Amino acid sequence: MIGTHCKSCGEYYFPPRTLCPNCRRTGQMEEHKFRGTGTVITYTTIYSATEDFERLTPYNLAIIQLDEGPKLTGQVVCSPENMKIGMRVRPVFRILGKEGERGIIYYGTKFAPAEDAP
Amino acid sequence: MRGDHLGVGIVSYGVYIPRYRIKVDEIARVWGEVEDVARSLNVYEKAVPDLDEDTATIAVEAARNAISRADLDPRRIGAIYTGSESHPYAVKPTGTIVGEAIGCSHSHTVADMEFACKAGTAAIQACLGLVRSGMIDLGLAIGADVSQGAPGDALEYTAAAGGAAYVVGSKDLIAEIEGTYSFTTDTPDFWRREGMPYPEHGGRFTGEPAYFKHVTSAAKGLMEILGRGPEDYDYAVFHQPNGKFPVRVAAKLGFKKEQIAPGLVVPLIGNTYSGSTLIGLAATLDQAKPGESIFVTSFGSGAGSDAFSIRVTERIDDIRDRAPSVRDYIAIAEYIDYARYAKHKGKLRL
Repeated sequence: MIGTHCKSCGEYYFPPRTLCPNCRRTGQMEEHKFRGTGTVITYTTIYSATEDFERLTPYNLAIIQLDEGPKLTGQVVCSPENMKIGMRVRPVFRILGKEGERGIIYYGTKFAPAEDAP
Repeated sequence: MRGDHLGVGIVSYGVYIPRYRIKVDEIARVWGEVEDVARSLNVYEKAVPDLDEDTATIAVEAARNAISRADLDPRRIGAIYTGSESHPYAVKPTGTIVGEAIGCSHSHTVADMEFACKAGTAAIQACLGLVRSGMIDLGLAIGADVSQGAPGDALEYTAAAGGAAYVVGSKDLIAEIEGTYSFTTDTPDFWRREGMPYPEHGGRFTGEPAYFKHVTSAAKGLMEILGRGPEDYDYAVFHQPNGKFPVRVAAKLGFKKEQIAPGLVVPLIGNTYSGSTLIGLAATLDQAKPGESIFVTSFGSGAGSDAFSIRVTERIDDIRDRAPSVRDYIAIAEYIDYARYAKHKGKLRL
């Protein structure tokens, strides 16, 4: 997970920004690789999904605050009964989607409960 | 192929095993099998991928564990070879997904390998050659699979998911690869034709003329080159298509049960195909002490075996605990029934 960090004000951004909205012209942006660990701020469980995600139901979508600060939406791979607001999560590399049976497969980061870590 | 006194070896290793398991008894129940299949195969449960896991995601997780275990800079990697018989694409490499996900530079070579269950050890051999010739600094060799078994077929009891990644180099070795030797023939014991969802096999023909002939020939070939015998090794790892074959081939070659015990993980995770021998080796490295020796022989249907003689260095104690062990992954198991397993493996067509 690559985002940006402003060396002037210390703010982290995901997805990456080219301009720091706090510092504007005085901002000094650099690339930042996020650890991917964070906390669930809120979540919902999807039981009725769009066609591409039908096979995954039920699945959890959460707003996660990364330890560096930015918030993002991501899937948390665990059973719905194990989801809790405030739970710690870690990054996992998963299939994010497929363009049907013939198209491209998208890969990227999802999250898993930190307590499940081996 | 043969090579000895190579001066190169393993810089780091990492594994990944999905958390879901199905018990072999549950599969037997669905198909009305009256025999005690688990006992006859010496396989009691197998690892099942999540709905959003495949060979590429398993390869990435294993590679990340290998990188973090030795705190390596992934930009040093000059080659990525990923061995599997279940690459997500028929045309488009798995290795490019791995390279991007672990943060390699773009100045590296990638190719996917396929040789049934031994593509991962073939990947190690390719990296050994490139490192020893000085063409690359570090090579990443991966064996990973989400292996397929047709519903009701004998393979379904064992075909599992998992993988292991090995970083090959010439400095800061945790284990030196002292020699390697391969034995290969054209033997059609197991295959999958283009476009077919499940492999076919020759039943009993997969045993004596395939697994046993190739494993023993490669193992004996390497020991002959090195002038060593089974008594010169502390541990041995043989490809684990089930829990019976590696035990039998070890006895046939003169290895004792205690030598293969640490690496014999198939009873608890099933046959992870390209991951099988390499996860067995990782489980052995997880507990080997500096100075100890490990003898390894893979098997790939079609058919061939790669044998390796490995000596563990003192550095292993410094980095071993920096990434999850095979036993750590085995310990976090979530059991599912056949219906959920069928959904996970795409055996249900929506």
